[in-house]
Amino acid sequence: MAKIVVDVMLKPEILDPQGTAVGAALPRLGFTFAKSVRQGKRFEIEIDGDATAEQLAQVEKAAETLLANPVIETFTVRVEK
Amino acid sequence: MALDTVAAATTSPDTKQPFRELGLKEDEYARIREILGRRPTSSELAMYSVMWSEHCSYKSSKVHLKQFGDKAVKTDALLVGIGENAGVVDVGQGYAVTFKIESHNHPSFIEPYQGAATGVGGIVRDILTMGARPIAVMDPLRFGPAEAADTRRVLPGVIAGVGGYGNCLGLPNIGGEVTFDETYAGNPLVNALCIGVMKHSDIKLAKAAGAGNLVVLYGAKTGGDGIGGVSVLASETFGASGPAKRPSVQVGDPFVEKVLIECSLEIFAEDLVVGIQDLGGAGLSCATSELASGGTGGMSVELDRVPLRDPSLSPEEILMSESQERMCAIVEPKNIERFLEICKKWDVTATVIGEVTTGDRLEITWHGELIVDVPPRTVAHEGPVYQRPFAEPAYIKQVNSEKVDVPLPTNAAEIKAAVLKLAGTPNLADKSWVTSQYDKYVQGNTIQAQPDDSGMVRVDESTHLGVAVSTDANANWSYLNPYEGVRLALAEAARNIATAGAVPLAVSNCLNFGSPEDPGVMWQFAETVRGLADGCLEMGLPVTGGNVSFYNQTGSTAILPTPVIAVLGVIDDVRTRTPMSFDRAGLDLYLLGDTGEDFAGSEWAFIHGIRGGQSPQLDLQAAMRLNTLLVAGRTEKIFTAAHDLSQGGLSAALTEMVLRHGIGATVKLKNAAVDLLSETPGRVIVAIDPSKKDVLLTQATKAKISCAHIGTSGGDSLTINDSVIPLPELSKAHTETFPRLFG
Amino acid sequence: MKVGVVTFPGTLDDRDAARAVRFAGAQAISLWHEDADLHGVDAVILPGGFSYGDYLRCGAISRFAPVMQSIIKRANEGMPLLGICNGFQVLCEAHLLPGALTRNHELHFLCRDQKISIENTTSAWTSSYSQGQEIVIPLKNGEGSFQCDDQTLAALENEGRIIARYVGENPNGSRNLIAGITNERGNVVGLMPHPEHAIDTLTGPTADGLGFFTSLLHSMVGK
Repeated sequence: MAKIVVDVMLKPEILDPQGTAVGAALPRLGFTFAKSVRQGKRFEIEIDGDATAEQLAQVEKAAETLLANPVIETFTVRVEK
Repeated sequence: MALDTVAAATTSPDTKQPFRELGLKEDEYARIREILGRRPTSSELAMYSVMWSEHCSYKSSKVHLKQFGDKAVKTDALLVGIGENAGVVDVGQGYAVTFKIESHNHPSFIEPYQGAATGVGGIVRDILTMGARPIAVMDPLRFGPAEAADTRRVLPGVIAGVGGYGNCLGLPNIGGEVTFDETYAGNPLVNALCIGVMKHSDIKLAKAAGAGNLVVLYGAKTGGDGIGGVSVLASETFGASGPAKRPSVQVGDPFVEKVLIECSLEIFAEDLVVGIQDLGGAGLSCATSELASGGTGGMSVELDRVPLRDPSLSPEEILMSESQERMCAIVEPKNIERFLEICKKWDVTATVIGEVTTGDRLEITWHGELIVDVPPRTVAHEGPVYQRPFAEPAYIKQVNSEKVDVPLPTNAAEIKAAVLKLAGTPNLADKSWVTSQYDKYVQGNTIQAQPDDSGMVRVDESTHLGVAVSTDANANWSYLNPYEGVRLALAEAARNIATAGAVPLAVSNCLNFGSPEDPGVMWQFAETVRGLADGCLEMGLPVTGGNVSFYNQTGSTAILPTPVIAVLGVIDDVRTRTPMSFDRAGLDLYLLGDTGEDFAGSEWAFIHGIRGGQSPQLDLQAAMRLNTLLVAGRTEKIFTAAHDLSQGGLSAALTEMVLRHGIGATVKLKNAAVDLLSETPGRVIVAIDPSKKDVLLTQATKAKISCAHIGTSGGDSLTINDSVIPLPELSKAHTETFPRLFG
Repeated sequence: MKVGVVTFPGTLDDRDAARAVRFAGAQAISLWHEDADLHGVDAVILPGGFSYGDYLRCGAISRFAPVMQSIIKRANEGMPLLGICNGFQVLCEAHLLPGALTRNHELHFLCRDQKISIENTTSAWTSSYSQGQEIVIPLKNGEGSFQCDDQTLAALENEGRIIARYVGENPNGSRNLIAGITNERGNVVGLMPHPEHAIDTLTGPTADGLGFFTSLLHSMVGK
């Protein structure tokens, strides 16, 4: 059994008001480490056995078609053991 | 842990059971044993403990709430009264309107967004379960001091939750309140109201009748939401499994409720249910025991058929779960296929979990083993009834004897400063920051919403029949005199209905109080219920139902008694309603009703830190005559505009009127300071075309309501005697408060 | 004239859109998302709401509905198609319109009477208006910020495909104050604010929104 993780983030040029709000809230709570914060989405997909190249290609296609909106988002696909 | 079955309970009478941890008293536990003739199983113990809790059984309030029935006015307009999920009134043309107000206070302090969201979800399901399409919501809210840090945590979350859930359901928010007072710090009050409409023939009741009829659970799957204390029973199964797995806060999904609404309405339209109940507090325990009680008395349920989000839940937990967006319907076998078909269309999970039986017991099995065998009425309706001791608290005499020494403005500059101060004070300031987060347009029938005196929706597109609802409370007055305070709130809510020209028809209430174990609080409650029952009887308005929220207190300090009264009214043609304000110059302004020196409990006194004195006296007969005059003002086309005076007195009312459409006014007052700042009840400002002067004076005389000409509309400032307040300056003071406080 | 109004699970303003269609003098036909049959309608409206609870992204799931396959086909053949609010989001997800709608820049859901100016009066849905006409219709959403890349923005501007722009302060952070756009052909229009809630002054701030629906009749009559 393997877990494929798809991380989706807004493209850098797209305004991320949620990330900005989080970034503004951190110092109010005493956390001063952040220069900036951007918020994204993470999909965890469980599959039987190990991830084959074909399966990963399919996940990439699914990410492009459904999980992310390529007009405003980018994504990465990786396997997590 | 082995399953605790009825058989096991019968043969192990001495097993120690954690009834105290579940909130039951020694004598209550003994009574359960007596009812069953044995010790209860852990599932039965869980059911009784939660159904006999204050929240579900109303054990401290029942003896007092009886008055709503005893003193009820006989009226044909009441189609369904207290006892069902919500009251239903006849509004004419074959339409019935159901409405109710409820609280979700404690969860909103813990998790503001979800607490408020699930509060809205819950009240909407109560309306849906009566067979109605929900058509609007309102939210009276109370928070700690506006400037407090915790208010900045709670308020934005609550507003976002009310909006997030209500908007997604497609329900216009047509009004509400936002009030700040240190009394609510740590105990915010989140009350939610919902209105629904249907034809008379559509009314549904919560009863399981007809042996052989099927019990169907539909909606969201069941998870571990809101289980809380019941985990005590299941604790042995966890052993050393780490941090708490059972959340105490319910999480709502408005999308699931939206499809649940549409699915249910299609089911209702095809007349596929015999009875129906929504799952709110105490989840399945409540739904099964209440449905069974409402019917012939017998029901059998296979608990293992309940669809679960979390397969590790124990039977006790399933019975206690407060997972949202679930309904329980009683369906005749011949209709089940069609019922399930409609659920499938909307992708709503639906499962037959049991059937109505010929006996008079509620029997629940888990994989074939009997784990619950109880007489349902003992669970749902025959809970403990407490006669809590109550006594007038010492503070009453003391506070009533306090002098109300408010500073009063003495010259034109001070008058202007006072008006500006009240315009910007958080309790009276412009609330657009809040209301712009709510959709008021969806469904296309909203006639009035914030900041009007009442919310109004059209019920019939061709006849323009409509209903109006207003919620009001005045904790300051209730604190000074609980009996009078609630009557004043009732009169005000009814007056808010009448100002638009609608006729008050029915009352719902949300009674927010401290601990019933405090005799002083209990006295406040008893006086409030007595006052409300007396007031409703005198006004001829039935109380259709409501909600009691006790234990709103931090440590031993109770909140100020805060009974929120909701009045529903009907208007035969919404197009003829009297608007709140004027949109042109040259109209004459009249003040209806007398003004006295009533500063006790006023906003002016509040901002000066003066909380004592004696509450104003209510002349309820005069208030009723004023309402009749206000309705006549519409039907006889006398009034161009009418606005009720409440917190902030004439100062606030004038401010609100001139800023509504940006048309100023010139006003002359004999005793400006008192006239502007006093909060004598029973007053309304009306604007009339000068040609209507004689008919107004005749009507007012007939109604024995004093009527004084105070000014005219027009110009770009609010001018009171020698004080000139330019509208831009007044607007700035009024609108900058909320953005400044909450961003 | 028959105008289809689509209902997805979670759609909210379908009955209001149907009412506006009737006010304008056409017949409103209810289209269920699972039904690929368009029942002979001459035009389609994708109304506002929270279809699929805005799960994943607004409109991301609705765009794959069976009814959408038929609608996309007809739209590519020139059928007039109007997407309001959530409907606009569906059109962008379905790539019938460029760009995407993202979270309002100030994060809150915002409901207000919004002034917009009509910038394109040649589309099927805006021919009743005059060029530059300012109207007031309700804006009510949480994800109304129109975003696209510079290339798309330039194309929209240069080709006059901006249907409407917000007047005054930008309510949600949309690029170039864009409140609505159209495709190259002018038959597909996406609009963030709600014209169906401004068809009479009894229930709306103005009756300015009716023009979107009457435009359709005018543009169809000409055919």
